[in-house]
Amino acid sequence: MDALRVEAAGLLTTVQDLGRPNAMAAGVPPGGAMDRFAHSAANLLAGNDVRAATLECTLTGPRLVAERSCLVAITGADLDPRINGEPAPMWTGIFLSAGDRLTLATRRSGARAYVAVAGGVDAGRWLGSQSTYLLAARGGMHGRALVAGDTIAVAEGSGSPAVAGRELPHHLRPDYDDHALRAVAGPHIGRLGPDGRRALFASVFTVSHRADRMGYRLDGPDLDSSGEELLSFGLTAGVVQLPAGGKPILLMADQQTVGGYPVIATVVRASLPIAAQLAPGDELRFAEVAIEEALRMRRAQESALDSLRD
Amino acid sequence: MPPPHSTTRVRLHPLGDAALLVELGTRLDTSVNTRAIALAAALKKRRDVRQALAGCASVTVYFDPDQTTHEALGSAIRRLAIRRPPLDEPGRLHRIPVVYDGPDLDAVSSTLGLPAGQIVELHTRAIYRVFVVGFVPGWAYLGPLPEVLELPRRSVPRTQVPAGSVAIAGQMTGIYPLPTPGGWHLIGRTSVRVFLPDSDPPCLLRAGDRVKFFAAER
Repeated sequence: MDALRVEAAGLLTTVQDLGRPNAMAAGVPPGGAMDRFAHSAANLLAGNDVRAATLECTLTGPRLVAERSCLVAITGADLDPRINGEPAPMWTGIFLSAGDRLTLATRRSGARAYVAVAGGVDAGRWLGSQSTYLLAARGGMHGRALVAGDTIAVAEGSGSPAVAGRELPHHLRPDYDDHALRAVAGPHIGRLGPDGRRALFASVFTVSHRADRMGYRLDGPDLDSSGEELLSFGLTAGVVQLPAGGKPILLMADQQTVGGYPVIATVVRASLPIAAQLAPGDELRFAEVAIEEALRMRRAQESALDSLRD
Repeated sequence: MPPPHSTTRVRLHPLGDAALLVELGTRLDTSVNTRAIALAAALKKRRDVRQALAGCASVTVYFDPDQTTHEALGSAIRRLAIRRPPLDEPGRLHRIPVVYDGPDLDAVSSTLGLPAGQIVELHTRAIYRVFVVGFVPGWAYLGPLPEVLELPRRSVPRTQVPAGSVAIAGQMTGIYPLPTPGGWHLIGRTSVRVFLPDSDPPCLLRAGDRVKFFAAER
């Protein structure tokens, strides 16, 4: 059932869900929404299961026209969302009538906004997921980003009854302005030496222009590591690896599945939504955290989502 | 006689708050890789484990912290890791034709001081093991390469390597599954496709398989 027509696609708008973690043994990245919290909240506000697909809109958003009345929710980055030119509330379920025009324009804060539609975006499935994986041109909208003229279909009759006006209160939303990414020391942090370790957790890094869904190259102090080459091992989103040359790379959703560079830190799951909202030029730092604290932060996010589930 | 497995040192490191890196060794070794693959398979059966991925000599375990702790899972992993692995049955053997006309063949030949023909002869003589599939979809780390062919990666990686390129670097050889950037030395090309996006699993080569290259006419 067609719900939305794409009038303008924005910079990079893709269909994403929670990814395909079971294809890693074939070298296929887990993928999925970069900001899983915003993706999940958008779905719940639209009456969907968190596993439904949403639109991930990057830096400059799309212009969408409702083909029929439908309930939508916009979360994540503030891309100045408007309905027929009027500011639209975020983190809230809102009804569109047929012909209404939803515009996500320029970035006011954050990097990735999520648009959920009641029923869930219905797109191409690959290896168990509708997530778009651009490198292999599979999943989502024919394996590519949206283009003008595309039509977004939704699954029929799924999810809870659509109720507009539900809202995730401000205090339960992520603090996207806090760019201190909580991280656990990595397996190879010893290769940095005490000064390098101090620099890693005390310095400000900047997201470079080499930043995409696979990962972000970071500019900052040169970190020197020493030691033999490593054999390839399995990686996860959040890993901070240090190639020769001293510029760390933060791996994100479309990460390489294995690698052999030293891993000096891993950003914990509760901070990945913050990392997902960083754009080239944004500053960040790594704040070392105990695993117990990381799990406590994660559980707080899960109970925030639970508040939308009844 | 090999040392009993119980003496093998297993090292565990957290990878964030929901994954562990289990190191079984530091050398490229078929028996360690066999243990890694067996350990990953055993761990995948646990309810508190979401996914386990064997590396060359390691396993990365992705788990559910609501069902276990780093400590509890760590003890279980140590118990499983010292188990004697099943006998290493030879994996599926793939014979892959290669046209040895890669753009780096001459440079490799002069760096190693070996005629191109001998490089081809050495590269086609060995039967390689698939240690790991990963990095990009369908990429198989094949090894070990004959020692005389070992070279560090190119100092300047290429921004785009064509799919099907057959390459060497360090102790490994491999086939580029997709057009991607790459720093390995390109010695040939094959028409065999290793990334099969419309199959499940979407790759020709799987960890534990074996590969033999043979020289084909262009």
